[in-house]
This record gives sequence, structure tokens and C-alpha cells, in this order.
Amino acid sequence: MHFIAVDYWIMVLSLILMAASLAMYFIKDLIHAVIVYGAYTVTMALVWLLMNTPDLAITEAAAGICTTVLMMVAIFRTSRKEE
Amino acid sequence: MRDYILKRMAAVILGFISMYGFYVILHGHISPGGSFAGGIIVGLSFIAFSTIYGIQDGSAKLPEKILVWVESYGTLWYGLMGLVGIVKGAPFLANKLAGVDLGTPGTLSSGGLISLIGLGVGIRVASTMVTLFFTLMEEEA
Repeated sequence: MHFIAVDYWIMVLSLILMAASLAMYFIKDLIHAVIVYGAYTVTMALVWLLMNTPDLAITEAAAGICTTVLMMVAIFRTSRKEE
Repeated sequence: MRDYILKRMAAVILGFISMYGFYVILHGHISPGGSFAGGIIVGLSFIAFSTIYGIQDGSAKLPEKILVWVESYGTLWYGLMGLVGIVKGAPFLANKLAGVDLGTPGTLSSGGLISLIGLGVGIRVASTMVTLFFTLMEEEA
């Protein structure tokens, strides 16, 4: 296998993605979990950018932030702590 | 008084965010982005306005009647742009076959009808996002 610098960046970002996914599962405070989800979408947008798909990167950034806001409002209308 | 800086900054910035969204919508065929991403950016500017200035001011600026109107006619606009091809004797949604002048490649007019179609889709996505936000935020009866 022949790796270039971009591949190592994608590996590092993938580790961050895995950590964020696991954190979202284990965090009990839902607002904190939604904030981690926002970090997840921004990291995912960076991965799309490094994979030469700026089209998906813009869509991921915009849609990710929008769903983060909507989830935040949904938590605001219901309960904050996980049962 | 506590959020004075936030309100003044939003008054300056939100117009530019909305304008950038329309730029992304209209340049979907020659630059990254498209009508979906641009529409979400336009919708997010209105959502940010509603969160900063309060939900009453946001609802006053975009009443539900206008949102429903935009959402319906945005979809109808797509169909009307498609019918241009049929009127000219070409297939549905035809662009070059319908005799549209495509201009020089790489400029905005090189997409023909695509920019206009994207405008319909974009404002529809924006109004859907704002409707979702208002529906979640409105007071329970």
C-alpha cells in the first residue's frame, strides 16, 4: 500500500469520527450529545473536502448544522436527561 | 441590553448569509453546492433571525401564509420550467433541445434553465426548514 499525506489526515479524522460516535452513545446529557453531533458533522465535511467532493462538503456542513439546530429545539421542547 | 452586541452583529451579518445562500443556489451548476445546500443556508439565516430576535418577530417577518405559498409555488415553478421544453416541441425539462441559448461555458448563463429550476427548489427547501423550526418552537396550546 502506498499512502500520501491526505490519507493520514483522513485516518486522523476517521478516528475523531469514531470517538464522536461512541461519545454520542455514552453521553447521558442530550444537549451535550447534540453538541458532539455538531462536531461530528463538521469533521465529516472536512473528510468530504479531503476526498475532493466539495459539493458534498457544503451540503454536509449546511444540513448538519440545520439538523443540529432542529435537534436542539426538539430537546428544548422535551426533557434534557436521558432516562 | 445584555444581547445588544448580538442583535447589532446579526443585523449586519444575516443579510450577507442569505445572499450567500442565493449565490450557492444560482451557481449550483458551475461551483460546489446546489439548490438543496443553498436553500438550507437561506433557511438557516431566517432561523438565526428567529432565535436572536425572538420567535414573535420571526413569525411576523415570515407568516405561515407566505411559507405555505412559497412551498407550493416553488414546486409548481419546477413543473412550469419543465413544461418549457414541451411547449417548444422537445422532451420534458429539455434545455438545449428547447432552444435555450447556453452562452459561454463557465458562466452563470451556461446552465440555461438550471439556475431558474434551482431557484424554485432552493426557496422550497428554505421554507420547509423555517416551517419545521416554527412548528417545533410554537407554544403548546
